[in-house]
Amino acid sequence: MLEVKGIQNGIVLDHISAGKGLTVFNKLFENTDHSVVLLMNVTSKNMGTKDIIKIEGTTDVDLNVLGLIDSGITVNIIKEGKLSEKHSVSTPEIIEGVIECENPRCITNADIWATPTFKLVGKNGRLEYACDYCEEITKYKI
Amino acid sequence: MKELRHLIEPEDFTLAELEDVVDHGLKMYDNPANYAEACKGKILASLFFEPSTRTKFSFDAAMLRLGGNLIGFADANTSSAKKGESLGDTIKVMGYYSDIVVMRHPKEGAPKLASHYSSVPIINGGDGGHQHPTQTLTDLITIKKHKGQIDGHTVAFCGDLKYGRTVHSLIRTLARFNTKKFILISPEELSLPTSLKRQLEENFDLEIKEVRYIEEAIDEIDVLYMTRIQKERFFNEEDYLRLKNSYILDNEKIAPAKKDMIIMHPLPRVNEISPEVDTDPRAVYFQQSELGVYVRMALICKLLEVGPYVRG
Repeated sequence: MLEVKGIQNGIVLDHISAGKGLTVFNKLFENTDHSVVLLMNVTSKNMGTKDIIKIEGTTDVDLNVLGLIDSGITVNIIKEGKLSEKHSVSTPEIIEGVIECENPRCITNADIWATPTFKLVGKNGRLEYACDYCEEITKYKI
Repeated sequence: MKELRHLIEPEDFTLAELEDVVDHGLKMYDNPANYAEACKGKILASLFFEPSTRTKFSFDAAMLRLGGNLIGFADANTSSAKKGESLGDTIKVMGYYSDIVVMRHPKEGAPKLASHYSSVPIINGGDGGHQHPTQTLTDLITIKKHKGQIDGHTVAFCGDLKYGRTVHSLIRTLARFNTKKFILISPEELSLPTSLKRQLEENFDLEIKEVRYIEEAIDEIDVLYMTRIQKERFFNEEDYLRLKNSYILDNEKIAPAKKDMIIMHPLPRVNEISPEVDTDPRAVYFQQSELGVYVRMALICKLLEVGPYVRG
């Protein structure tokens, strides 16, 4: 079995649905200078298989983005080799600057001072967000 | 301390506040001389990044009738936006030059962005196909004057319901005022956006009836709101040419309508209402334009806290 050492200070993103680890990696860590490990298809008692990401040297992660990709992810903050905090993520109610408004006439697509900001309007897990500026509904696509 | 208020969308005001502005507008209409100095010494900046005739002149007339002064531009090409200045910078500076700003902008959400940077009240004079709250006030004052009350009518919207910002602002507001039935008359390509329809159906107890032709519903209507099919909202000329003559109201079409129905239109009209309808007592669209000045006077007073809205 493949073994990866624990980290000293950083984050372990656990319970990522198998196959979504690469999406999380691309969204959050593609340009990072920190050491990152992506484990795919790891055996899991509850999930069958899952993906895990470990990053050493930072605890700054945008939980909103994680919630958009997979609301089952667990965020473990590791300090001095020990689990210091544990968070679960959920579908964010408000997202800022992560996605672009689909409406070409929206000010957020024309003025750099306008940060695209959205409010969750989709029900039953639908990732539908209304733009705070033009109110157009944008669907988040993974 | 003075509380900074803006009017970006009708929801910025409670129903009581909207009706209060309408009522003050009606008082100003009856006795304009009583308010002739309400804005003495105040300056309205009118920033029209997109052309407008009625809205701009209506605000200009409103401020002048209140004894105030005006600065501004009517064409973005004569402003520093042409040089690439961000809206935030333009608005910050306007706060030093004026007491209140009215702006029209082709980009949807631009007035909201402006309000984040402004030190003076911002009035949305229309943003793309999104909102036009002062037209809504104009529509509300017209309905109240001619029908006695804002709520309780069957209201039909005809023409461009997709890009028509006046429709979007008014339909949401009338839903808040407990309107129980809307009739939507448009070609499929110009029907009310699904998101707005869903918002209305989920949040209000109301009926929406959709028909393709005016004749299918004319006898049920209390307020008929006509709209122009606007060239500037289309991305391609072909679609515009195909749909522009879809709905033309004439005497024959309104013959079966109720005797006390009113016909409204935000103007400008092109050919969607035949001139023969103008002399019908039910046609109130020109008076609607006139009333727009008085309701804007009331709005300016409210946001500046002067005249009937002076504190203390």
